[in-house]
Amino acid sequence: MENYLVVLSHKIYFMEQETRKKDRKMAEFYSEKIAKSPRIDRIKEKMLSEMPQIEADRAVYLTESYKQTEGEPIYIRRAKAFAHILDNIPVTIRDDELIVGSATVHSRGCQVFPEYSFEWVEAEFDTLATRSADPFYISEETKKTLHEVYKYWKGKTTSELATSYMAPETLTAMEANMFTPGNYFYNGIGHVTVKYDRVLEVGYSGIIKDIEDEIAKIKVGDGNYCKKRNLLDAMIISCKAVIRYANRYAKKARELAQNEPNSTRKAELLKVAENCERVPEFGARNFHEACQSFWFVQLLIQTESSGHSISPGRFDQYMFPYYQKSRKEGMTREFAQELMDLVWLKLNDFLKVRDEASAEGFAGYSLFQNLIAGGQDEHGNDATNDLSFMSITATEHVFLPQPSFSVRVWNGSPRAFLLRAAELTRTGIGFPAYYNDEVIIPSLMSRGLTLEDARKYNIIGCVEPQVAGKTDGWHDAAFFNMCRPLEMVFKNGFENGKQVGLKTGNVEDMTSFGEFYEAYKAQSDYFVSLLVNADNAIDVAHAERCPLPYLSCMVDDCIKAGKSVQEGGAIYNFTGPQGFGIANMADAMWAIKTLVFDQGKYTLKDFKEALENNYGKEMDSHKAEKLTVTVIKELAKKGKTVSADEIKSVYSAIIANNCPQDKKDFYAKMLSDIETLPKFGNDNKDVDALAREVAYIYTREVEKYSNPRGGKYQAGLYPVSANVPLGAQTGATPDGRLAFTPVADGVSPAAGRDVKGPTASCNSVSTLDHFIASNGTLFNMKFHPTALAGRHGLENFVSLVQGYFDRKGSHMQFNVVSRETLRDAQKNPEKYKSLVVRVAGYSALFTSLSRSLQEDIINRTEQGGF
Amino acid sequence: MEYSAVKGRIFDIQRFSVHDGPGIRTIVFLKGCPLRCRWCCNPESQSHEIQKMQLNGKEKTVGRDVTAGEIIAEVERDTIYYKRSGGGLTLSGGECLVQPDFAEALLALAHEHSINTAIESTGFADFSVIQRLLPHLDLYLMDIKHIDSDKHKAFTGQPNDKILENAQRIARSPVKLIIRTPVIPTFNDTEEEIRAIAKFAASLPGVEEMHLLPYHRIGTDKYKGLGREYSLSHIEPPSQEKMNRLLEVVNTYGLRGQIGG
Repeated sequence: MENYLVVLSHKIYFMEQETRKKDRKMAEFYSEKIAKSPRIDRIKEKMLSEMPQIEADRAVYLTESYKQTEGEPIYIRRAKAFAHILDNIPVTIRDDELIVGSATVHSRGCQVFPEYSFEWVEAEFDTLATRSADPFYISEETKKTLHEVYKYWKGKTTSELATSYMAPETLTAMEANMFTPGNYFYNGIGHVTVKYDRVLEVGYSGIIKDIEDEIAKIKVGDGNYCKKRNLLDAMIISCKAVIRYANRYAKKARELAQNEPNSTRKAELLKVAENCERVPEFGARNFHEACQSFWFVQLLIQTESSGHSISPGRFDQYMFPYYQKSRKEGMTREFAQELMDLVWLKLNDFLKVRDEASAEGFAGYSLFQNLIAGGQDEHGNDATNDLSFMSITATEHVFLPQPSFSVRVWNGSPRAFLLRAAELTRTGIGFPAYYNDEVIIPSLMSRGLTLEDARKYNIIGCVEPQVAGKTDGWHDAAFFNMCRPLEMVFKNGFENGKQVGLKTGNVEDMTSFGEFYEAYKAQSDYFVSLLVNADNAIDVAHAERCPLPYLSCMVDDCIKAGKSVQEGGAIYNFTGPQGFGIANMADAMWAIKTLVFDQGKYTLKDFKEALENNYGKEMDSHKAEKLTVTVIKELAKKGKTVSADEIKSVYSAIIANNCPQDKKDFYAKMLSDIETLPKFGNDNKDVDALAREVAYIYTREVEKYSNPRGGKYQAGLYPVSANVPLGAQTGATPDGRLAFTPVADGVSPAAGRDVKGPTASCNSVSTLDHFIASNGTLFNMKFHPTALAGRHGLENFVSLVQGYFDRKGSHMQFNVVSRETLRDAQKNPEKYKSLVVRVAGYSALFTSLSRSLQEDIINRTEQGGF
Repeated sequence: MEYSAVKGRIFDIQRFSVHDGPGIRTIVFLKGCPLRCRWCCNPESQSHEIQKMQLNGKEKTVGRDVTAGEIIAEVERDTIYYKRSGGGLTLSGGECLVQPDFAEALLALAHEHSINTAIESTGFADFSVIQRLLPHLDLYLMDIKHIDSDKHKAFTGQPNDKILENAQRIARSPVKLIIRTPVIPTFNDTEEEIRAIAKFAASLPGVEEMHLLPYHRIGTDKYKGLGREYSLSHIEPPSQEKMNRLLEVVNTYGLRGQIGG
């Protein structure tokens, strides 16, 4: 009887699945694919034909304005500079465009932002075009112009001010690459989603009215009058400048229309002009105006500051009323899709130049403009609509790295939506990233968001959740390499002639795993405190030197509070530094625990020597070259001149690794013993439990701290692409990882070590506490395209994602490209100009990535269906 | 004896299997098989003995003795994915009917844990053996390789009369039955041969699906690794065109045909 019941329960299950299939037809949304307009490929082709280049206009007008406003309050100086830029920067309408507004004259160009930092740009003028990660063309004339501009900025940048706020031990730790807060140290902060809905609804004239109402309420005798009044005035200056900027585009469109022989294009240009006269000054009246208004907001936030990850967020939600209205008024689905495709293209039309080191950490020119579809509304109802599906179609049509496209998944997500998302995954573009409402909503509530706000979350940048228009999340606050404090344990905090970490004692003298573990924790805690010091110093520097009035008028409650976002004007304030290397740390701790303390096969001294000697392995030539350069530079610093012969001998010593043969044999045995140990990623309960504990060392320490904006720290566990360059600065580790090779990315198992298939890997990763890592976790999986073949392939894929989410994983993303394809792309880059792959929390053009990052992607464990 | 204490011999467990039964499944490969199919892609599965096999320059021990309890503990790790996908446990081999106590224990334990069950089997055994498994089984994936018994014997080492008879009896049970046919050039890849199998399959009550599994050479290295000769090394896998033609033959019998598992 019991067996009969089981059979019956399975039959019911299958019947339910059938019913679900029928439900799909009755759903309220339109889920079919919509054809692509030929316009899209025309624009795309033109866009990709140009090499990205740097333009100087913004820097020039910014500097002109700053020179004229010396001595005025900082808010006013910022607003006037913003206005001066918008009144003068070239306006460019590209062929075929229906949504206009270009940051640069050339497609995929880049402006620079000397108020944050400039020295690296100048230092790298001559290598920008040839470097391996994200090369940019820069003309001789631009170099000359920027060279002049930069003279003004010496001593005036946020970067310089931040440095002066940092403690000496923090600077030492940063020099030793214990962590890198490079992102905001050299650039704007960004990482925000503003109230697009408000601009769409009332326009900047409406926002100006909100500000004026607030001005009417304050009294000159108020304690905060001076600053508040100044900021509100600065906001109005900024909003008015934006309106004038849109009108410049209207004028330009009319000029072009006048000389346009083709009557269709002429009409299009006149429509563009009409739109720019209307928005963003006033509320949008239809979908086309809403798209145009959205684009001005998106573009101009990224003109005011160089902060990246300006994330459009829930585009399918705030655009929906305008779509519905236009549909009622007769707009075709095809035209709506075309407009969305054009917005998607515009999101790829400008780039960001970063210093060489950061470019490797954020490789792929990415601006991380994260756009998310699906999920719940504030009341907990499913919010999937036509535009959620059309966002997927737009990503397929445009097939470029922007926007960073994500979907929200919850237990009430329509199956049709998930299957459609899986179809996109199958194309190999690396989108969408999947996010789990069932983890993220409670996780955000644990950080103080209301239930309603948490339900409305979207993703910033790579993987960082927050609620739009109310949050300054400071999400990408720093990369914290979890392996480095372990190196410090073996080195007693002493490295390259300096005391970098704590003196936790000679590792040889440690007598228990507990003692070793505590030493790691002590080193890690120490570096977390220095990381906080670095971040807070940078935070204060931004508040003092680069408050952003324009951005602030679109984030609650800056207007009422009279504080800029940079000073804590947002309702929710966080700082989110991200740790990575958890898999290596778990495997390393397991190796030490079992081989040293449980089995007594090796001593900590053995490990110490093995790590110093890179397990007796040779270095690859590229790494050896780099290391040689470092050694020679050190010698040169000490005033020694080095002959060519000496350089040669240093190099050959480094590459040969002259340790005696018996030692080499011993290390080889050690490596093979480490290899046989169970590893994180194979559903081994003990190793996974240790990984969870090790992750807590970082996540629980981070959340003890506060930032200058009145908010808390919250940890993330994701690497962007920094696991490669920062791995290149990390010596060998006890998990058998060789020196200077990549560290594991995000919460993923170390590359090639998860061998029991995707479900085992998912189970291991979901053992970590994803709730406490409320700044986001990142789990990379790579599938061979055959694993997603056919309807069954999609169904099983969706089930895998749901299964991982049932187990309380928070994020998942996929690369579905065969190894052979990637190898071929390395050999014949010209054939693969538009091959997009998933890097970390974002996708990028494969051929634009550095060789080492390409290798890292190729080496990630490939999962197939067996 | 408690089901969980029943011992058996397996040579592999494969999680996230998506080609042997519906949804995401875990396949347990039991060691030992009464047939010696010349194309077998798991030659290490045939002997019940624990063997050494050379693979990629390393020696690998094939086969280990386990209890049903420990296997179910591993199978259970993926329960959530089975529920989401309609998947479960599949016993493969080898031939699970060679280890009836163990197979029965695994299937019964799976049902105790509400895990859907399937076996992938030649059906070559006394029906009394099969009968023991049926109450614990949701899906029987049964190989019918050829209708001609002599040719069957020539390529698999056994005649097919018992297999065909068992198929008819399984079809009359409440367990869902799917017929699978490996398509092997020189053995059974003509339209006539496939038609004969399809006709037989269509005559079985309740059978709606027939899968054609194209011959592949993935197992060739294993023959070398076991020090055995691979007698089909001259054979090319069937073309996609040919498979499509055979699929049409299957479909004409009102069966839902499918290429691959």
